[in-house]
Amino acid sequence: MSILLDGLSLGAVYALIALGYTMVYGIAKMLNFAHGDVIMVGAYAIYSTMALNTNPFIAMAVAIVVCTVMGIVIEKFAYKPLRGASPLAVLITAIGVSNLLQGIAQLIYGSTSIAFTVANFKTVHILGSEISVGTILTLVVGAIIMIGLTLFVKKTRTGRAMLAVSEDSGAARLMGVNVDKIIMLTFAIGSALAAFASLFYIIRIPSVTPTLGAMPGIKAFTAAVIGGIGSIPGAMLGGILLGMIEQICKHNPTIEAYTTAIEFCLLIVILLVKPVGLLGKRRREKV
Amino acid sequence: MGYVSNVKKTFKLKYCFNYIGVAAFLVLMIILSSTGVLSRSAVNLLPKIAYSIILAVSLNLVVGFLGELSLGHAGFMCVGAYLGSYFSIFLHNYIDNSLVCFLISLVVGGLLAAVFGFIIGLPALRLKGDYLAIVTLAFGEIVRNVFKNLSFFGGAMGLKTDKIKLQSSTLYIVAFILVLVVLFLIQNLIRSKHGRAITAIRDNEIAAKAMGINVTYYKLFVFVISAFFAGVAGVIYGHYYTPILYSAFDYNYSIEILVMVVIGGIGSISGSIIAATVITYINFMLQNNLSGDLAAVRLLVYAIILIAIVIFNNAPALKPIKDKLNFKNLSAKLFKKKESTIVDDDVAWNRIESKIRMDELLSIDVKKQDGEFSDPDKPTKEGK
Repeated sequence: MSILLDGLSLGAVYALIALGYTMVYGIAKMLNFAHGDVIMVGAYAIYSTMALNTNPFIAMAVAIVVCTVMGIVIEKFAYKPLRGASPLAVLITAIGVSNLLQGIAQLIYGSTSIAFTVANFKTVHILGSEISVGTILTLVVGAIIMIGLTLFVKKTRTGRAMLAVSEDSGAARLMGVNVDKIIMLTFAIGSALAAFASLFYIIRIPSVTPTLGAMPGIKAFTAAVIGGIGSIPGAMLGGILLGMIEQICKHNPTIEAYTTAIEFCLLIVILLVKPVGLLGKRRREKV
Repeated sequence: MGYVSNVKKTFKLKYCFNYIGVAAFLVLMIILSSTGVLSRSAVNLLPKIAYSIILAVSLNLVVGFLGELSLGHAGFMCVGAYLGSYFSIFLHNYIDNSLVCFLISLVVGGLLAAVFGFIIGLPALRLKGDYLAIVTLAFGEIVRNVFKNLSFFGGAMGLKTDKIKLQSSTLYIVAFILVLVVLFLIQNLIRSKHGRAITAIRDNEIAAKAMGINVTYYKLFVFVISAFFAGVAGVIYGHYYTPILYSAFDYNYSIEILVMVVIGGIGSISGSIIAATVITYINFMLQNNLSGDLAAVRLLVYAIILIAIVIFNNAPALKPIKDKLNFKNLSAKLFKKKESTIVDDDVAWNRIESKIRMDELLSIDVKKQDGEFSDPDKPTKEGK
């Protein structure tokens, strides 16, 4: 039971990050490799604000603002000039941005990991197993954000504009949608979600390092691909699936050491069986 | 390797620059080290330069000529390093000469890495672009994770290779000769019929398919070849460092190789060689001079250079500026004779006396167009 809930909450963290990947991929048709490092930026933002003895809510607000601004700045300076260029070029730039953020963080805060706790959570007993309040908080907030995002995309004008751009950006432009603005908004939302993810991540692992974002970034990306990149429910499904598998593997002593390998093997197997991911839509390539 | 038989029989000096350059570098280093000008640490660096060149050139085959991004090159190198060195240690029990062990295990390590390249290439074939990048990235992580936990490869302590370790002073000579061999194989592959098929896939996959090129076969082929050479580089690494540690082959190392390829110029073999040499040397210098957190400066500078180069080369908005700054155009402007500059003046136009002069004007234009197509090493267009 506790493994299951723990897995769900880790899954929620992955899903939040994966949403950032999948939305950007759906709309801008590019892989934002730097997304994992936006989480790292968020974690350092929380750490810096907490160092000033403020309460966690202000720290969270600061992190959201910093991450959102960061997302917009990255989009503006690194990706916008390359719109219309080959995907390979954009991918390499994204890798460059990722290294850039890591380098900056290392220069400012040093490469050693700094341990700190956001808040001390009590544990509660549910159905005979001990569960940290932090885990439950992660689950609840994660669920609220995901429901909110789904409603936003389906019900609001802007959300539908985003769907239209991801379907066919040329046609959306003809229909009067400001594509550049929508792409910027997508980066902003994705980065804000990353800020939430960074909070939940440092609740789980209470320390910050410049490379903190790399592994959850890659894993969340794996989750996004498993679920079908470009699909919002797919990212949620993939994230939760991956989180569960990771927790189940970690609590099994015989395969514990191979957790990473198992997760990535799952990715390869799923891509072999269904190249577009579990909930992805097949796109026909046109000449 | 059937492609060796497809080498064009025509000999062009242009294609030999890389061999001459590398060979000259090797001879220079042998002379310098035998006269004692080269310090011990510099000689120690030479094998590293050699395997970096092999890595960069083989990754360039995938990125520059096939047009796909592989982020698992360090993973193939890891396979070569572990399995090749393990085999070498095993072989050392029967053959006393470690150089012979090294040469045999080079082939074995390369082949085993190629097998992995085949395995990972199979699912990768159904994917392209971003998906392929993530699958190769995942592969690199899987390899690292598995080698970390296999006890007969030393586990988290790494595989100890003291027994088979070669002296840097002999290893670098063998390694640079290997670089020459690798260059010979890869350059001839690119210039063969198969190489043209590969670049055709890069430029337009659907068109290539329509022309009857077996896209699946060639993609797998390039993957396997590239993995083979990465494995060879890994075996060199295994006979150079001890212990072989899984953590050396992480995702960042794959990125570092990619940085070499991008900075040297995607699709340019000479560029990869120069960039691999220079970057390895700069890394070495910086490692000695920058300590602790200042090492991040290196990461920062590479990141900025990477972004700047890619944006400069690919941004649609910058294309007019790029054309203006193009080296070919610039050099054409510099070395053109004065007569050929166009004078916007009727009087000057009428002063052109003879017809020969007109011909000269015309022929210059024709030559310029010609030059744009005659360079097979340089892709005319990136991507699709």
